Amino acid sequence: MTLGPVREAGGIAPDVVLAARNIEKSFGAVRALRSVNFDVHRGQVTTLFGENGAGKSTLMKILAGVLTPTAGELILDGRPVEIRSTIEARALGISIIHQELSLAPNMNVRDNIFLGREIMGRTGVYYAEEERRTRALMKELVEDIDPLALVGDLRLGQQQIVEIARALSINSRILIMDEPTSALSASEVTVLFKVIRDLKARGVSIVYISHHLEEALTITDHAVVLRDAVMTAAAPRAEIDLEWIVRNMVGENFDLGQPPTGHEIGAPALEVKRLTVDTAGGAVRAVDGLDLTVRAGEVVCIYGLMGAGRTELMECVAGRIPAASGQVLLHGRDIGGLSIADRIAAGLALVPEDRQRDGLVQTISVGQNLSLASIGNFTRRLLTDRRAERAIVDSSIREVTVKTDGPDAPIGSLSGGNQQKVVIGKMLATNPSVLLLDEPSRGIDIGAKGEVFRILADHARQGMAVVYTTSEVGECLAIAHRIIVMRRGRIVAEFTHDTTKEAIMAASGESLVA
Amino acid sequence: MSETTSSTAAKATGKKKAASGPLGWILDGRAFFALIAIIVVFSILSPNYFTVSNFLIMGSQVAIFGLLAVGMLLVILSGGIDLSVGSTLALCGVFAGWLLQGVELEALGVILYLPVWAVVVCTLGMGALVGLINGLLVAHFKVPAFVATLGTLYVARGVALLMTNGLTFNRLQGDPALGNTGWEWLGFNRLWGVPFSIYVLVAVALAVHFLLTRTPFGRWLYSTGGNPNAAQLSGVPVRAVYIWVYVLSGLCAAVAGIVLSSQLTSAGPTAGNTYELTAIAAVVVGGASLMGGRGTVGGTLLGALVIVFLGAGLIIIGVSSYWQTVFTGAVIVLAVMLNSIEYGTRGRRI
Repeated sequence: MTLGPVREAGGIAPDVVLAARNIEKSFGAVRALRSVNFDVHRGQVTTLFGENGAGKSTLMKILAGVLTPTAGELILDGRPVEIRSTIEARALGISIIHQELSLAPNMNVRDNIFLGREIMGRTGVYYAEEERRTRALMKELVEDIDPLALVGDLRLGQQQIVEIARALSINSRILIMDEPTSALSASEVTVLFKVIRDLKARGVSIVYISHHLEEALTITDHAVVLRDAVMTAAAPRAEIDLEWIVRNMVGENFDLGQPPTGHEIGAPALEVKRLTVDTAGGAVRAVDGLDLTVRAGEVVCIYGLMGAGRTELMECVAGRIPAASGQVLLHGRDIGGLSIADRIAAGLALVPEDRQRDGLVQTISVGQNLSLASIGNFTRRLLTDRRAERAIVDSSIREVTVKTDGPDAPIGSLSGGNQQKVVIGKMLATNPSVLLLDEPSRGIDIGAKGEVFRILADHARQGMAVVYTTSEVGECLAIAHRIIVMRRGRIVAEFTHDTTKEAIMAASGESLVA
Repeated sequence: MSETTSSTAAKATGKKKAASGPLGWILDGRAFFALIAIIVVFSILSPNYFTVSNFLIMGSQVAIFGLLAVGMLLVILSGGIDLSVGSTLALCGVFAGWLLQGVELEALGVILYLPVWAVVVCTLGMGALVGLINGLLVAHFKVPAFVATLGTLYVARGVALLMTNGLTFNRLQGDPALGNTGWEWLGFNRLWGVPFSIYVLVAVALAVHFLLTRTPFGRWLYSTGGNPNAAQLSGVPVRAVYIWVYVLSGLCAAVAGIVLSSQLTSAGPTAGNTYELTAIAAVVVGGASLMGGRGTVGGTLLGALVIVFLGAGLIIIGVSSYWQTVFTGAVIVLAVMLNSIEYGTRGRRI
């Protein structure tokens, strides 16, 4: 890290501890942040609002030293600083608590808090001192967590407290919290907010990111809104309300298309009846007695917050995870016992949420990824026919408009949007009559989004039933005939295309979990 | 987040493209160049290296290790490992010996002498059975491949020892009166000066190469090894792929067991000890990724040639066999280092 001289704080208010000025960040051709300004106020909570992909996490990672900006500068206590790693950030008193906690579940609270900074005594690690300090930290946070408890045995809310304690143990002055409440129960949120207020009282500045808008409004002192990599608004809490945030978050939307018309909406293609799916732990139901019918040629959007059960619903229907009870009918036929391969053969295909983890095989070429789900279509007498495969791959590349050097290019050479098109093209090559897409627009730029939705609308017009999920409310109103809002495993509302973004967000619980 | 991952992936390929000058060319063909270098160096160092008799000796070793390595390649492509092949080789050899000595059926009061072809079929069945057990343990009981095959390594070796009481079956020649002669034919006969065992290796390698490049199974295997989640969601029968690679590896070990016992006209329960490590080394030197999804039959054969030719060369120029072990180890580590340069960090992604 390098510290510059203290400058006349041009345009920086005296209570701003950390300021980002004209921050730019590009990933290849994608510009994740464009000339963003961001102020962290001393001893206060500054909340960053924005839809997925707006650049919130990127900005936070720059503040925390995980990423370095392409251009722009960070000013800490009036001095320009360069933060090149999380270690440097920590030395400057900046800590980040990630969406996915970074604790070792197999170790106890004490060892996690002092991981990498063990206190050494004469005979190795000075456990007693570590334990004493851990107890002191927990007392400060007014949390009754045993320093010797295994982190894996703690509830998620408590694990979050451990993360906070770790940040405090290194005297963090600035604490960045990325979606800290997304996995917490209402009572755990209350505890967390109390801890946040205590931290404020101690002069710790907090940067907060949340999708729960009203919840965030109850705790924040300042609001900053990002949209499509640009900062669109910033104001203190007293001057803003929910409507202001939503307006600045959503803005004038890029045209993502209209629901396809001029074709016949046919018979029910997919019927889900009283479907229940348990979570991995089994304590709560990810999907709870859900009913859904999708007709041929219809486009249905499922909206919900993280943890609403959208992914579990999709994966259960596709055969990846078992149902606890209920029925899934494809064209009237019960497909309950069928494998994923059999469901694909029957005409039901899933484009998974995480394309790196579940969608792509990184070790094979673009063409082989595209043809992976439809190998049977170019197999002649037990052998793959390269010419037939090439024809199928070439037509897929044209159909889903993948920009690539050719079918033999490595899959990693494609941009995120084009990779997503490969995953969609792969499943379209199986000629599905029902296509499920879990967050098809995740992590792709706005132009690619438009193209993905156009492909889906075209197929719906030809009679395919399309179900897609999204956590961006603007995308619900793109090509969907019907919008279904899920919350805690159930359908809580259903809208047609003529609804408003505000109505959808309100139904999803985006406005406050009671 | 996904934007970042895709950009790192793009960077990794960008790096690979940058390396595709003459340096990249050498990197791509590294096993081949290593083999040429080994042959040239040892031919200069010893007049006995580049001789027909030495190539015959090395060829018979290549046949054994090559067969094991080709089977191992299939398992490694799936992202697994098969530590049991050396023991399976021994078990299959002993099993063949036991059948050739005559099986006494007490209930019928007769001794059954199977013809050689039937012994071969039964032995292959034994290899496939060991592989099937490995495959079921890995695919259905979710035992990590390392542990599952470590278990069968011990069990197969133990069964082989039990079957012979620790002794070796000699005299596998058979008896013309019993109609079971010809076991040594494979190990001793040559066609155009090349031992038959080499033809067996070539046939198996061609078959596996064909399986990998021209059949749906090949696609299934490469995709399963590259990303089992994506493969499964694309309708690939991932479990069946896992089972089959171990069965095929077991079959290859059985063929190697037949070839070895035929070369020696005897079958001992301690044969093939640590051969699994040599086979893994050959696959790795041949450029396959231990993370799965990358590797070719051609590379694996080159790997087997490099290891055998290097070892034989060191013996011929009189380097102690201890040094031979050191050199082999160094070659393996070097190969893995070059593999990780080639595949970048992408191969390590979970």
